Amino acid sequence: MDFQLSEEQTLLADSVESWLQDKYDFDRWRKLVKTDLGYTEENWKTMAELGWLGISLPEDAGGLGGSAVDTMLLAERFGRHMVAEPYFSTVILGAGLIQAAGDAGQKAEWLPAIGEGKAKWAFAHAEHGSRFALNEVRTKAVKSSDGWTLSGKKIVVWDAPSADRLIVLARSAGGDTDEKGLGLFVVDASSASGGAGVARHDYRTVDNRRASDIQFDHAPVLAVLGDPANAMPAVEAVVDQAIAFMASEAVGAMAALHETTLAYAKTRKQFGRAIGEFQVIQHRLVDMMMQVESARSLALLASLKAAAEPKERAKAAAAAKVQLGRSGRFVGQQAVQVHGGMGMTDELNVGHYMKRLMMLDTTFGNADHHQRRFAALSD
Amino acid sequence: MDLEFTAEERAFREEVRSFIRNSLPPALAEKTRQRIHLDKADFVAWHRILHARGWGAPNWPQQYGGPGWSPVQRYIFDEECATADAPPLVPFGISMVGPVIYTFGTDAQKQKYLPRIVSMDDWWCQGYSEPGSGSDLASLRTRAESDGDHYVVNGHKIWTTQAQHANMMFCLVRTDPAAKPQEGISFLLIDMTDPGVQVRPIISIDEGHSVNEVFLDNVRVPKANLIGQEGKGWTYAKFLLGNERTGIAEVATSKQRLKRLKDIARAEQSCGRPLLQDPDFRARVAAIEIDLLALEYTNLRMLAAENAGKGVGPEASMLKIRGSEIQQGLTELACEALGYYAAPYEHRPDGSNQPPVGPDYAQGRMEAYLYYRATTIYGGSNEIQRNIIAKMVLGL
Repeated sequence: MDFQLSEEQTLLADSVESWLQDKYDFDRWRKLVKTDLGYTEENWKTMAELGWLGISLPEDAGGLGGSAVDTMLLAERFGRHMVAEPYFSTVILGAGLIQAAGDAGQKAEWLPAIGEGKAKWAFAHAEHGSRFALNEVRTKAVKSSDGWTLSGKKIVVWDAPSADRLIVLARSAGGDTDEKGLGLFVVDASSASGGAGVARHDYRTVDNRRASDIQFDHAPVLAVLGDPANAMPAVEAVVDQAIAFMASEAVGAMAALHETTLAYAKTRKQFGRAIGEFQVIQHRLVDMMMQVESARSLALLASLKAAAEPKERAKAAAAAKVQLGRSGRFVGQQAVQVHGGMGMTDELNVGHYMKRLMMLDTTFGNADHHQRRFAALSD
Repeated sequence: MDLEFTAEERAFREEVRSFIRNSLPPALAEKTRQRIHLDKADFVAWHRILHARGWGAPNWPQQYGGPGWSPVQRYIFDEECATADAPPLVPFGISMVGPVIYTFGTDAQKQKYLPRIVSMDDWWCQGYSEPGSGSDLASLRTRAESDGDHYVVNGHKIWTTQAQHANMMFCLVRTDPAAKPQEGISFLLIDMTDPGVQVRPIISIDEGHSVNEVFLDNVRVPKANLIGQEGKGWTYAKFLLGNERTGIAEVATSKQRLKRLKDIARAEQSCGRPLLQDPDFRARVAAIEIDLLALEYTNLRMLAAENAGKGVGPEASMLKIRGSEIQQGLTELACEALGYYAAPYEHRPDGSNQPPVGPDYAQGRMEAYLYYRATTIYGGSNEIQRNIIAKMVLGL
């Protein structure tokens, strides 16, 4: 048993933290999320230069061939600073799916560009009516002599407004809820409103990210990743890795909230003393700490099991996602409560962390969804 | 013991229901369903409709322009308004300062202010909290110094709800810095249009604007605007807080929110069936419905005591605690019911040319969830309410 970081990992964590402290303070964050793009190309370029975009990519694609723990260290710091660049969509989901399902030629073509910061990707999977079930897909993929086309509607596609390519989960065979019959289809999303047959409706989300609802109408497919009728094993593996990433991001956000709230309780005075001297506040801060530490433990487990056999991996991811949802809500809500009226203001970072944690709970299924998944996988 | 309303009360309910049905503009009800921060004109429009019917101050005795209803009638009225999605009544005039004026004010103050509250010609706001005085309100530092027949007021109020609409403010000020904290406070009526009053908006986490900071810089307030005696302001402030105890549970609004939550969960699908049929989600809805039922009957028990002329004491803090927790639970579940469609935050009916994202019932749900985080903070935080019960009811 060894939970120590290696020397390289400690160096990575320190360098990420120091860059973010220097360049990504809350005042700057507030300005950048209000721009049209919602982040800056300059930061994205820097992330490429620092090697962050290539951490999880294989060495033959110009990446660092890093482990899930390396990614976890990055995610936690991204959570602490609410990093808004589309790392999750491009590197974790986009490159993750290409690595898991793509062929050698596709990997060689697309992965290096991701590592170099030259291409952004997004993953369109959710549909209205399917709630959180990945296998419930009504978007249809049809093959003709001209190749594949897609028709249907995807909702809340994170980071789609600035993506060059979309990976769309669509059905080439089987009934609406079959596990089999699903494929991963690459579509051009680069023009302002999307490529041919693609109509994007872009919007801002409650956590100040960007997303789109996308209508496909016989949209031409550029490429298919892997078997067009058997993508689910790869999708589930990548989604579980994504959950490990989100769980670590949530730990960073929760830890920041706990620290901020603790500092406030020590300085805010009412009735002639710091509110942290009142037992009700003390116990609240202890409960918040226990939630952060539980979430940290399960985020770590999900990262360490990200490459394990499917059932073991899925159980760890489901457990981490349940904990993320429950802890994130508690820590976010109590941080607002202990801050009182100040916690209700847009100008403090507290509410923004709370909103980000809610979106991390929702994305790829909330706590109820994963509790059910965990129960189904349990002996 | 009888759980039913009397025949007269049932007839009253019918009267209220049919009036609202015929008088509440559908567009106003639709806007109330979707938005937390209504415009001033929306509140005023509904108030004037009620006023024309003689119901401008539903909680007031007849001698001051109210309908003289019993507590049970007021409860029925609140419930019918909430069920019809009528805009909430603005509490600052009719529920807060009005009863203080007709209980402690001079005849001149009553004649000047009460009719304008009933008709809503004045919009009042509450100058209580200060940056350093939240839960510990009695530590407030806004100073009112005597200068002939005026006070000169200097200070900084915060979390002043709807001050941007207000032309009048009732304000707690310190007139005697040497006295014990509670004994040096006075209750002043301040004209917001006077020189030296400045309102600055505070944007809340839902990105809306309902609360403000109010800066008072050498504002000259006539001594005729002092309520009761100098130094007794804390007594009037406590009277104000205790005056509307059975209304703070917000049972009627929560029942309406529960109904709306079920509508959403019937429309949303999970695993090929309505979300409301999903056993996990259904259990969570049932749990909060049971909480609400318990609150409703606790509220009715206190209301019956009030109706029988027995005062309701500090145990009413229970209603505030449970009422706010249930409101938060309901708004949270509504967001959860939406799944991914809780995320878009551009779907505002006003100020946007974009077509709305997602189903109509998604509109305003996240805004409500976020803004309702304040319900356990304002009006005495739930931590303070528990202290009140521990001390005043349990003798701890």
